Amino acid sequence: MTKQQANWSPYDNNGGTCVAIAGADYCVIAADTRMSTGYSILTRDYSKISELADKSLMASSGFQADVRALQKLLSARHSSGSGGGFCWRLMVANMRLKILMMMYGLWTVFNLFTLPDNGCALVSRPRNNICSFHPRSFDSCHSQIYQHQHNKQMSCPAMAQLLSNTLYYKRFFPYYAFNVLGGLDNEGKGCVFTYDAVGSYERVGYSAQGSGATLITPFLDNQLKSPSPLLLPAKDAVTPLSESEAIDLVKTCFVSATERDIYTGDKLEIAILNADGIRREYMELRKD
Amino acid sequence: MSKVAVDIPPKGGFSFDLCRRNEMLTKKGAQSPSFLKTGTTIVGLIFQDGVILGADTRATEGPIVADKNCEKIHYMAPNIYCCGAGTAADTEAVTDMVSSQLQLHRYHTGRESRVVTALTMLKSHLFNYQGHVQAALVLGGVDVTGPHLHTVSYLLTDISCSVFSQKVLTVVVKWISQIYPHGSTDTLPFATMGSGSLAAMAIFESKYHEGLSRDEGIKLVAEAICSGIFNDLGSGSNVDICVITKGHKDYLRNHMLPNPRTYVSSQGYTFPKKTEVLLTKITPLREMVEVTEGGDAMEE
Repeated sequence: MTKQQANWSPYDNNGGTCVAIAGADYCVIAADTRMSTGYSILTRDYSKISELADKSLMASSGFQADVRALQKLLSARHSSGSGGGFCWRLMVANMRLKILMMMYGLWTVFNLFTLPDNGCALVSRPRNNICSFHPRSFDSCHSQIYQHQHNKQMSCPAMAQLLSNTLYYKRFFPYYAFNVLGGLDNEGKGCVFTYDAVGSYERVGYSAQGSGATLITPFLDNQLKSPSPLLLPAKDAVTPLSESEAIDLVKTCFVSATERDIYTGDKLEIAILNADGIRREYMELRKD
Repeated sequence: MSKVAVDIPPKGGFSFDLCRRNEMLTKKGAQSPSFLKTGTTIVGLIFQDGVILGADTRATEGPIVADKNCEKIHYMAPNIYCCGAGTAADTEAVTDMVSSQLQLHRYHTGRESRVVTALTMLKSHLFNYQGHVQAALVLGGVDVTGPHLHTVSYLLTDISCSVFSQKVLTVVVKWISQIYPHGSTDTLPFATMGSGSLAAMAIFESKYHEGLSRDEGIKLVAEAICSGIFNDLGSGSNVDICVITKGHKDYLRNHMLPNPRTYVSSQGYTFPKKTEVLLTKITPLREMVEVTEGGDAMEE
């Protein structure tokens, strides 16, 4: 009797492509805005880029329901400022947490916040910020705790580690999300981190993920890559291009990928992060 | 029809010898090669004076566009054209083959080919191969009995309805036939096939009416193909149209180009001509030795 296989999959691929390029004092993150399933288009206007902190942007392709859950979880990590509709909830949750802490006393807080036995650093567990007052959801308070404890926003390398941990936490039922994280490091230089679905990450000078990645990466390698990793290791490969040249390069990448990849198209959203803040640009792509 | 024209396939149709090997390979994890499918939108409709066929121009290999501007409207006879969806090799092969058979038949009979002749040749060929030849076709043309439109498909349904319209003195009978890969056919006033068929059919069902003029017909076909191009990921690029009337045909290749490249970099890009040389090191393999001729020269 042959083994019966499940013919329902919890995953779906919504397509799309993401690219990030690090510069000397800026970082460019771009993604197309098409969301599709099978041969159909679900929407032409879906943003795959989210702001995790004031110096970190994440672009993700793959299964957008998982991406959205991941974004929500990481968004709950920074308590003030950007986050759109989450702001109020975060504040309310924050208030509730403070009340809870006052009610149950400090020892409860320590019990909630330390992991048993292994003594490793606090690992974030994915939980909706609405139930942040619930004892089990100590982790979603973590980033608020980070801001409260450190009195500053999480830096990009710190966020990179957090994202990796979050992804690995679901090692045996992964988030079907292929991420690139871009931002400025503590010195103000551009940094890009590229991930696989379960959290393995590396700091690089540029990266592409998603359905059009196989079309874009060879072109970026040709234009940006150092001739040999011996001459210049990947993580130092910050491009010498100016900001406008990098944006031009990204536009060319996407227009070319759109020609040959059916899942990429409609519109291109480019987010540019530099010392002045975050700026967004849009460009039309082929809609067929 | 002469026996020579009807090609009896070699015994067994396809050779299935390698199937067991392929199964064994897939079990071991090897991926079977993918086919180039056209992932298409093809349409046909009947108008006042004849038949209009339309097709998009994208050929896909999985998620990648293999050809941005391929031709999906194939020549069958001077008065008959056929749009093909499905596996590109199959549509090309089957239309070429039937086109040659029709030519021979024309020589044999001395008459203009009829659409039903092409239809019967196609459907019997496809039926012989039991759906393994994956060609879904929209066949249209105008012959002495009038304009015809047929479809040939994978499904095994067989609906036929025909639209009769009065012309000056002759009763002109116009059909479009759908031909499905298993060999069943439909005969309809308007038809769509391919992955974008639903998008295109939505347009036809809303806007089609009998007695369309040539311009209205072309506009409607272009609209239906555009609907497929923009809403179906398997279809894209440009619109091809073919208008067939009695004694005349108009093959409008790239009638519409609604998808230009959206951005061309003003500066252009340079590509290094060769791989970087990092290090050059020459190691002699063998020492050069001087050979001095001895006193004794070689004796002959």
